[in-house]
Amino acid sequence: MEKRVTFDEKTLPYLLVLPQIVITLVFFFWPSAQMIWQSMLLEDAFGGNTRFVWFENFAHLFQDPAYYRSAAITAVFSGAVAVLGLALSLLLAVMADRVIKGATAYKAFLVWPYAVAPAVVGVLWGFLFNPSVGIVAWALRNLFGYEFNYVLNGGQALVLVVFAAVWSQISYNFLFFLAGLQSIPRSLIEAAAIDGAGPGRRFWTIIFPLLSPTGFFLLVVNVIYAFFGTFGVVDALTKGGPAKATEILVFKVYNDGFRGQDLGGSAAQSAILMAIVILLTVVQFRFIERKVHY
Amino acid sequence: MKRMLLSSVAGLATLLSVASVQAQTEIQWWHAMGGNLGEAVNALADQFNKEQSAYKVNAVFKGSYTETLTAAIAAFRAKQNPHIVQVFEVGTASMMAAKGAVYPVHQLMADTKEPFDPKSFIGPVYGYYSTTDGKLLSMPFNSSTPVFYRNKEMMKKAGLDPEKAPATWPELADMAKKVVASGAKCGFTSQWQTWALIENFGALHDLPFATKANGFGGIDIELKINSPGHVKHIQALFDMTKDKSFVYGGREGKSTALFTAGDCAFHIASSATASAIDKALGQGNVGISMMPYWPDIKAKPQNSIIGGATLWVLQGKPQAEYAGVAKFFSFLSRPDIQAKWHQETGYVPITVAATSVTEKAGFYQKNPGRDIAVKQLELNPPTENSKGLRIGNFVQIRDVMDEELEAVWAGQKTAKVALDDAVKRGNDLLKRFEAANK
Amino acid sequence: MVENRPWLTAFSHLVVILGVLIIAFPVWMTFVASTHDASTMLRSPVPLLPGPYLIQNYKEILFQGYARTSGIPLTIALMNSMIMALGICIGKILISITAAFAIVYFRFPFRMAAFWAIFVTLMLPVEVRIVPTYGVVAGLGMINSYSGLIIPLIASATATFLFRQFFLSVPDELAEASRVDGAGPMRFFVDILLPMSRTTIAALFVIQFIYGWNQYLWPLLVTNHESFYTAVMVVARQATAVDATPSWNLIMAAAMLAMLPPVLVVVFMQRQFVRGLVETEK
Repeated sequence: MEKRVTFDEKTLPYLLVLPQIVITLVFFFWPSAQMIWQSMLLEDAFGGNTRFVWFENFAHLFQDPAYYRSAAITAVFSGAVAVLGLALSLLLAVMADRVIKGATAYKAFLVWPYAVAPAVVGVLWGFLFNPSVGIVAWALRNLFGYEFNYVLNGGQALVLVVFAAVWSQISYNFLFFLAGLQSIPRSLIEAAAIDGAGPGRRFWTIIFPLLSPTGFFLLVVNVIYAFFGTFGVVDALTKGGPAKATEILVFKVYNDGFRGQDLGGSAAQSAILMAIVILLTVVQFRFIERKVHY
Repeated sequence: MKRMLLSSVAGLATLLSVASVQAQTEIQWWHAMGGNLGEAVNALADQFNKEQSAYKVNAVFKGSYTETLTAAIAAFRAKQNPHIVQVFEVGTASMMAAKGAVYPVHQLMADTKEPFDPKSFIGPVYGYYSTTDGKLLSMPFNSSTPVFYRNKEMMKKAGLDPEKAPATWPELADMAKKVVASGAKCGFTSQWQTWALIENFGALHDLPFATKANGFGGIDIELKINSPGHVKHIQALFDMTKDKSFVYGGREGKSTALFTAGDCAFHIASSATASAIDKALGQGNVGISMMPYWPDIKAKPQNSIIGGATLWVLQGKPQAEYAGVAKFFSFLSRPDIQAKWHQETGYVPITVAATSVTEKAGFYQKNPGRDIAVKQLELNPPTENSKGLRIGNFVQIRDVMDEELEAVWAGQKTAKVALDDAVKRGNDLLKRFEAANK
Repeated sequence: MVENRPWLTAFSHLVVILGVLIIAFPVWMTFVASTHDASTMLRSPVPLLPGPYLIQNYKEILFQGYARTSGIPLTIALMNSMIMALGICIGKILISITAAFAIVYFRFPFRMAAFWAIFVTLMLPVEVRIVPTYGVVAGLGMINSYSGLIIPLIASATATFLFRQFFLSVPDELAEASRVDGAGPMRFFVDILLPMSRTTIAALFVIQFIYGWNQYLWPLLVTNHESFYTAVMVVARQATAVDATPSWNLIMAAAMLAMLPPVLVVVFMQRQFVRGLVETEK
């Protein structure tokens, strides 16, 4: 979509766009180019021993079962975070939209998690589920007889990271859904009610379709969040463990590069991730552009 | 008038501070010691700065070990590195291989003509970080070794003599069984399983971890951790898991929570965990002794090896500033400083003299068992199997060993299969390290 | 409500209250943990209600504990976080709004190239390209400075994108009218577009303030003096206890203090925040 009315100036637009472009070039493109160069090198971490190996790092990566495992974990993790995050926040938003009394107070509590730093989220959840002192782990063990130990059990660790990530993102989704719900014309719903449609039917036939643009936008945002934004949560909570059960791709880049001191392999992974980001950006952009014509 | 006076005072203050900045050379020291240890580190730097005026050591906390190393790598590549960086022991081989990045301590001491006596160090502490011909590469700082802890109250409850620690694994297995029979949730658990149950197990029984003297002799090496001795040990531990005589409590230091919560009666843990354990269980209730051994693998235990971190000196600073680094290292190895560090933190002192200072101060009488770590390290002169480990890609190899051991505890693999797999996967990582460092 | 169904309203309240309880629980436990002594927090089960050590713990973390470990009081760390968060936030809004204005209201060569160049920076976190980014910042001599903390993080695709979406929704007649009046583009920008963008700016302020406040690895890397510590780093430092049991009470007290400012920003600005985002959405 383009503006029909524009201004005619020769230099002004360049001046306006310049700061952003300069910063992007200097702090994003230039380092990224170096990273791509790095991905074709085999060297020790301090850069004393350097050998150019073409695509050997990539080849090694694609032969490594651990990489596919990490990709699979990322897919499961991202899917779970996105679906769960959206479903829960939609439920809360629909219910909050119905209540009038106390709505402000509810909202104030529901937006809290958004403000908590990912690194702090990890610390909080680690404390709640700590196998020895965590209150939730204790309750699960003593009230339900369920042994919850995310330190040992990879499946449980993944569940915990998913919940922590969802918790951290739920406020954002909630606010969007609530705003979307409130912008649906009341007359539409009233008309349906007069026709005899109950609340459940009204939700599925009117509210849900009208919310779908918001939903799709949030889906993209959530998938990107799950892919990249959850680094801090994983780092503070499980460090990718146990047995790499929570090692999502973005964490593997960091872990292999610095804990394992394999900068070349790590840069190759970054390059792949960057391609994914660009792809997602294009998809998101195309979608939103299309949506404007609705 | 008043204003003039004020401004001239301010001007003088600025002048003075500029002068002191010029006179003092700042030594950057990046470390990974959070919490209370961070306080102890700052106290060391402060004391050094007070004792002399030519150099000022600036100790900066840079996050976890990984984050600190990340910061140092990024900084070195951008020529912004600190003089000194603290690196965990598993990074030793990688640091050594980083040509042109590190300034070996023995060379630093020689270049700056700083007096330096290798013989004053505790053998296994010095050996772990030196070349095969005895030249020190990095400065030992926070070193510890696994020791055996017991909960005396739980032993009493099980009808055991709380003052008698198990000396061998069969004894421990027997005691653990009794403890579980008396109603405890678990008999025994271990911290840092790869470090305690594989690496230190090998040193204690004089079994090699890898070829070429555990990697001290070169980087083209292979792992040897699937020997009959290793297999027997791990299989025996697995048998103990069946009745909860042994409970696996997670990687790194996570299992300590099981011991401090009173779930397990016995615990193998870093000697540096002593004060935390004392605090949680009450000092009188905790006994410390040497790690158990297998009499049928080796009649008498050899000696244990250390873990922890050392201070590496990085290249790229003006030569004159390195004199300050050398002075600081001399300061750090002084008996009184080491004794204080040892007593405050629970890490082993790096010199023999520091132990006797501590002994004389009556510290070991007040804190029984705190001398066990040094005694266990000094049990015998180290052999090539008990000097230390020099393994490339060690971080990933430990991950591999952790994964394979976890498969054993979960009953998915036998000890033999798991250790064979660990060797195979570990050797692949060693080959990649060799290729990157030719 | 369309019709009155008391059971449904009650049910809605129930679901929302349940949601609030679950969502607020971690924060509540953080607060509880920060009001007990260290040994209580090491014994299972930990208490669910606050204890008597509130003042002592906060005093220790604010004035002694942290000051002892690093030589500077937490107040300075909070100040650093504030400078960094505001710097990132204001910087992002400034460069994004002008860039979006240029892209929407002008036709110039390389317009689309500029547009895409900004967009691909969307989400890749700085953690995964940290070595080269650090290299560039060091090369520019920005280590150990607020500009090193702030400038590399102010390129923002999100903000540019939201402003662009909003500008596209502004009726063409306004620009037309201002052209007829003979007002220049900057005049139009300042007098008309900026006031109209208030809610979008407010929304971005919230998002970017939180983004800036919550940075961890970047400040850790680019500063070598503890006088640059941020509040989130203090929490992490408390929690990074090698060879020791964590003092949960102090960690949680630091966590409470570190999350307070961004929470206040979100709670007080949530109305503008939502409106800003939704208006641009349409």
